[in-house]
This record gives sequence, C-alpha cells and structure tokens, in this order.
Amino acid sequence: MEKELKRTGVPDNRDVDSVYPGKERLASGAVAVLECFQRIPCNPCATCCPRKAIKAFHDINDLPIIDWEKCNGCAICVANCPGLAIFVIDENYSPTEALLKLPYEFVPLPRAGDEVKVLNRAGQEVGVGRVVRVQNPPSFDRTAVVHLAVLKELAREVRFFILGGAEGE
Amino acid sequence: MKTVDICVIGGGPAGLNAALAASSGGASVLLLDNADHLGGQLVKQTHMFFGSERQQAGTRGIDIAVSLTTAVQGTPSIEVWLETTALGLYDDGVLTVECLGEYRKVKAERFVVATGASEKMLAFKGNDLPGVYGAGAVQTLMNVFGIKPGQRVLMVGAGNIGLIVSYQLLQAGVSVAAIVEGAPRIGGYLVHAAKVRRAGVPILTSHTILEAYGQDSVEGAVICQLDQAWQPIKGTEQKIPVDVICLAVGLSPLSDLLWQADCRMLYIPELGGHVAWRDESLRTSQPYIFIAGDVAGIEEASSAMVEGLLAGYVATLDIGLAPSDVSERIRAAREQLVELRSGPEGEKTRLGLAAVQGEAR
Ligand SMILES: Cc1cc2nc3c(=O)[nH]c(=O)nc-3n(C[C@H](O)[C@H](O)[C@H](O)COP(=O)(O)OP(=O)(O)OC[C@H]3O[C@@H](n4cnc5c(N)ncnc54)[C@H](O)[C@@H]3O)c2cc1C
Ligand code: SF4
Ligand code: SF4
Repeated sequence: MEKELKRTGVPDNRDVDSVYPGKERLASGAVAVLECFQRIPCNPCATCCPRKAIKAFHDINDLPIIDWEKCNGCAICVANCPGLAIFVIDENYSPTEALLKLPYEFVPLPRAGDEVKVLNRAGQEVGVGRVVRVQNPPSFDRTAVVHLAVLKELAREVRFFILGGAEGE
Repeated sequence: MKTVDICVIGGGPAGLNAALAASSGGASVLLLDNADHLGGQLVKQTHMFFGSERQQAGTRGIDIAVSLTTAVQGTPSIEVWLETTALGLYDDGVLTVECLGEYRKVKAERFVVATGASEKMLAFKGNDLPGVYGAGAVQTLMNVFGIKPGQRVLMVGAGNIGLIVSYQLLQAGVSVAAIVEGAPRIGGYLVHAAKVRRAGVPILTSHTILEAYGQDSVEGAVICQLDQAWQPIKGTEQKIPVDVICLAVGLSPLSDLLWQADCRMLYIPELGGHVAWRDESLRTSQPYIFIAGDVAGIEEASSAMVEGLLAGYVATLDIGLAPSDVSERIRAAREQLVELRSGPEGEKTRLGLAAVQGEAR
C-alpha cells in the first residue's frame, strides 16, 4: 500500500494497478475489482461470493484475493462489502461504453434512464453517465447497486456519481 | 433490595452479550441501562459492520442491536431495567441505582460493567459556541431523532468515527466542507476514507482547528496546517464557513464506577486512557467485578460482543451456574478475540493489553 493513500484517502494509479484485471480479462466481460488495500478485520466479500471467486481467508485480516476467471461480475459482493470497495466493470457493454456496477447508499435512488454526473475517486466530476438499471433487492440490505454506462475510457476512473440537476454536495 | 445472580451494567453490544452468556446456564440476570432503549452505540450505526460473520459482519449496527435486543427480551431469566443509572458499586456486592427518579439497591454475586465510553473534547477558541458538537451527538440527532444538525459541517478527526459520521451526514443531505486531521495520516479505515473522498469531501491531514467563530452560534472555523511537531504553520490559516463543527477526536473509557468500586486502575493510552486492571478472563482486581467492551479499552463492537460473552461465561462458572459446554464457549471467545486483534489495526489494542498483563493485580 502506498504511503500517499494513507495521507489522501484516494488510491492512485499504482494502487489501482495492483488490483486491476488485465486487458484480456476485461475484454471478456463483467468482472469485479476489489479496491481494498489495507489489512483490516473484515471478510464478507469472501463469504458472500456464490462462485467462490474470492479466496477464503486464512486470517480475517487478509487482503482479498480474487480469481477473475471464476468471477462473472454478478455484483453480489458489491452490495455486501462494508467498505463499499468493490466495483464491477464490464468493458463489453457496447462498442463505446463500459458498464459499471457501483454501490450506492443515498436517497433518492436514481432511475433507469437518468443522466448523472460521474465522479472519480477524488470526487472530481469527469463526465456524464447514464443509469441503466438499479438493483435494490432485500438481500442487498439497502446497499443498492447502480448500473451505469460510461465512456470506455472513463471506466477505470469513475467510482461515484451525483444525480443530474442536484447540487455538488 | 433486588437480588439476582449476575448483574450487567450497560446494554450496548458488550452488555447484551454478557447478559445472554450469563443466563445461558440458568443464572438469573439483571441488565440495566440509563438510556430508554437497549443497544448502546449500535442504535446509531447505520453502516455495515466489519468483522467476520460470527460477529455479524456486513450487517448494519442498528440491525445487530435489534437482533441482540430481541434475543435478550426472549430470555425469561434476563430482567431489563431501562432508564436506570448505576451509581455506586460496593464491596458487599451491592449496587445502588437510580431508576426513573427512584433509588434502588441491587445485590448480585457477580457484576459485569459494560458502560462503554465517553467522547473526548478539544480545546480551541470558541469551542463553547452552539454548533460545536461531539460526533456522538450528531449521530444521535440524525440517526435516532431524524434531525439534521445543520447545513454544512467541518469534521475534526479522520479516525473511523470522523469518517463514518461524515458519510452519514452526506447521506442525510448535509454537506461536509472538509475533514481535518492533526496526524499526517488518516487514522480510520481507508475504505471509509475512500467513500467520503469520492463523494467530494477533502481530507486535510496535518491540519487542525484553531478557532470557531460566530455571533451567537458557529458561523465558521479557522483551520491551519501543522508542522511535523504538530505546531501551527503561520500563514496557513484559512476560514471555512460552516454552521456545525463536529468533533471526532477519540473516546475514553467510562470507568467512573470502577474507580468508585476501588478497582485497580491503570493509565494505558493505547486503550483510550484509564482502564481497570483485568486478568485474561476480564476479571478486575475486585474479584466480583468483570469488565467488557469499550470500558475495558476502546475497540469495536465486534470485540465488545465477544468480550461480553467471555465475561458472562466466566461469571457463570464462578457461581456454579455455567452451561455444560462452558469451557468450549470460553475457548471459542478467546480465539475470536485473538483473531480480531491479530492484524495491523489491532496493534494498539495488543500493546495496551500487553501493558495491562505486565502489571500485577
Ligand atoms: C461512529 C461510530 C462508528 C462505529 N463503527 C463500528 C463498526 O463499523 N464496527 C464495529 O465493530 N464497531 C464500530 N463502532 C464501535 C462500537 O459502536 C463500540 O465499540 C461499541 O458500541 C462498544 O460497545 P459497549 O457495549 O462497550 O458500549 P456502548 O455501546 O457504548 O454501550 C454502553 C451502554 O452503557 C450505558 N451506560 C453507561 N454508563 C451507565 C451507567 N452508569 N448506568 C447504566 N447504564 C450506563 C450507556 O447508556 C450505553 O447504552 C463505531 C462507533 C462509532 C461511534
Ligand atoms: S462479482 Fe459475483 S462472482 Fe464476482 S467476485 Fe463478486 S460475488 Fe463473486
Ligand atoms: S468485504 Fe470489502 S472491505 Fe472487507 S475485505 Fe472484502 S473487499 Fe475489503
């Protein structure tokens, strides 16, 4: 883990590189990215994955290790991670757009079709996105998963959004 | 005088589990809390908890409070007194309490003190202006009473509480101007920091609050940068207009009862301040008093729950009313505590506990 991360709270390129799937895997469809860089006593990601793609922890403080070949991007872990640190990326969504599945715990929830402003890890606005679907079943326990279509080149940066006309904060 | 086998003081996660464990072998238990509901700090925690599934990780604090409270209420041998403040604990096993304006006495064979913690204050000019709150008060206003504390908040402290309460403020539709943190590093979990950063909240490490200003209430704060020796750097002062300043600068164990009961007290900074000496079963130097949860050392609900179980089970052994598999349960609780504290984030607690163990009763 980079020292900068402890100072700013924003993972930088090197941090992200260390947890990001390779081009080939990205090109083959939806996959989870676990932006969890610090050993903390936490393991729901490993216990909730129905495909056992996230390795069982030896020690509850382990960092999660994912087998991207087993992961199908279902996003169950996105809703179950207390750190809201897991995001699903589907670069195969359309020729120009990628689909992001982001955890979202604010009201009102967006609706399919809404246009939103998309933000990077530092909360800076980097473009717009389109809400494609909102998953909020009881099993997700009030952490909704918002499916957001963004330009492919933004897929690695965008981690949050604000509703269209709403204020920045 | 009320007579019970085991009396548990404080109905947070530690006390609730202590009561459940204490009653598991048939002992009669009295659980009391000065609030009008059980759950302690948990009732304010709307976020998902860490830990492992054995401590209900991934579940929201408030939902953990509901499930433990339901279990306690479904146990006939546990009697609950709410709005009851423990006042004094005496050598002959008598506790005095104030219950809804009335003084009462409780006699028990064993006591588990699980009174939690109180918030630390910070000295700065204007800290008595209305609009300066502790993080606990802000959480209670928002998450218990549904009241917004203000429109725009400066958070002081980037530990887990400062980060989580900032996130909850955003969820309530309140803007957070910044989080200032005196240390050069964020103290709380980085995943919590990442949540507020991507929502646009700056975290200013090596910064502190110098003063709160305003006529009748807070209108803003002056913050500044700190050098490596934690001294303000001249010329870095900036004014931040806010109507709320929220202090999340740490907790100290609420150990008044233990002082009064003449338990041996130690000053252990890693555990949050003054804590009672205790053995590995959480028994204090007064053999009839056990401690569990934040009062034993500031940690987390996960470890508080397990400590509650441990203290409760050992107390049942003392009085011959233990469940048949008590040694297995005690061993499991000990193992869970070791595991929870084994990572880098558990280092402070490990150091603190080692310091306690280095001391004689
Ligand atoms: C913002 C925030 C976020 C947190 N997030 C997490 C998290 O994600 N995961 C996690 O594991 N932990 C978390 N915690 C920590 C967790 O809430 C505490 O560690 C835990 O509640 C401690 O439990 P306890 O039972 O020791 O004390 P408490 O929950 O504080 O309960 C103590 C109870 O004792 C009562 N009491 C005190 N004195 C008396 C008296 N004299 N007479 C009668 N009753 C008395 C109080 O009213 C209270 O109900 C968080 C805490 C905060 C503030
Ligand atoms: S997205 Fe689904 S399959 Fe992939 S790791 Fe998460 S839970 Fe497992
Ligand atoms: S559940 Fe989330 S925060 Fe916890 S270990 Fe897994 S990825 Fe990290």
